Amino acid sequence: MRNFSLFCLLFFSCVFSVNAAIEVYQFDDESQEERFNTLIDQLRCPMCLNSNLSGSDAPIAADLRAEIHKQILDGRSNVQIIDFLTQRYGDFINYRPPLNPGTYLLWFGPLILLLTGLVIVWRIGRSSQKLSVSKLTTEEQEKLDNILADKK
Amino acid sequence: MNKRVLLLIPGVFFILMIGLLLFGLGRDPNMVPSALVNRPLPEFSLPDLVNTDVVIASQDLTGGGVLIINFWATWCPPCHIEHPYLVEISEREQDLTFIGVNYKDDLEDARLFLEEKGTPFEKVIVDLDGSLGIDFGLAGAPETFIVDSFGMIRYRHVGVINHQIWQETFEPVISRIK
Repeated sequence: MRNFSLFCLLFFSCVFSVNAAIEVYQFDDESQEERFNTLIDQLRCPMCLNSNLSGSDAPIAADLRAEIHKQILDGRSNVQIIDFLTQRYGDFINYRPPLNPGTYLLWFGPLILLLTGLVIVWRIGRSSQKLSVSKLTTEEQEKLDNILADKK
Repeated sequence: MNKRVLLLIPGVFFILMIGLLLFGLGRDPNMVPSALVNRPLPEFSLPDLVNTDVVIASQDLTGGGVLIINFWATWCPPCHIEHPYLVEISEREQDLTFIGVNYKDDLEDARLFLEEKGTPFEKVIVDLDGSLGIDFGLAGAPETFIVDSFGMIRYRHVGVINHQIWQETFEPVISRIK
């Protein structure tokens, strides 16, 4: 019985904590709601570094969601909202960092690595191909063909 | 010969990555660069904690000398930890102006807290809904900003201030901008 009530307690506390994380936002139309969801997925929580605003329970993430909601209702564009947050939190806030000299390595690094890898594979592949080319004389080749034919 | 050089690339790359890893391990992952450093203090006009009819505006604060702006709240345990040190340091450093921002707090609790434990602050600004926090790029409380006499933010500290942090990070910045 004690176990059961403990279970109930745990179960309901889980349910309540889930409820607590759900906020209800009203929008004028569906496109606003879509923009809201895209923005909170794309923007990063400044508190819990590895999650986005939609996935974070940190109080500051809730504040920023409310701020984004307010600005969407005020008719501000996505660019304006992202600018607003970048001015305060830096490029860090954006999971999709802008392309500028400071982020070239971030954007093109993986591509450079991939190309380097491909070049290495290609060079190695080509040189080992050269090694496998047979260097038999016509005479030797005939001999080999005979041996192979005998085996059949 | 050319192929040999190419074969060296993965090795060199590996060593570079190890170097990057060691460099990264030595850094505090919570050290997020602040967008506000070397930018002017955000503009605001918000109520005073002691008398909420009085409005404190950003331009009232600047121009007098170096400001230490500390975001705190009674609901924030680390703020309780750093409070005695803030009281001590504000008594010692008379030429600095300590400004508190009571962040998303119950005002009555906040007043009681300062009455009981003493106040390091010359003024306390009320930020009831956290909007000033957003303007400061706050991630949580406590956070402390150093503002120079021109009203430019020069440093942001996330987390508790203690004697060691004061000596190692605050004092160098303050002596540089004075």
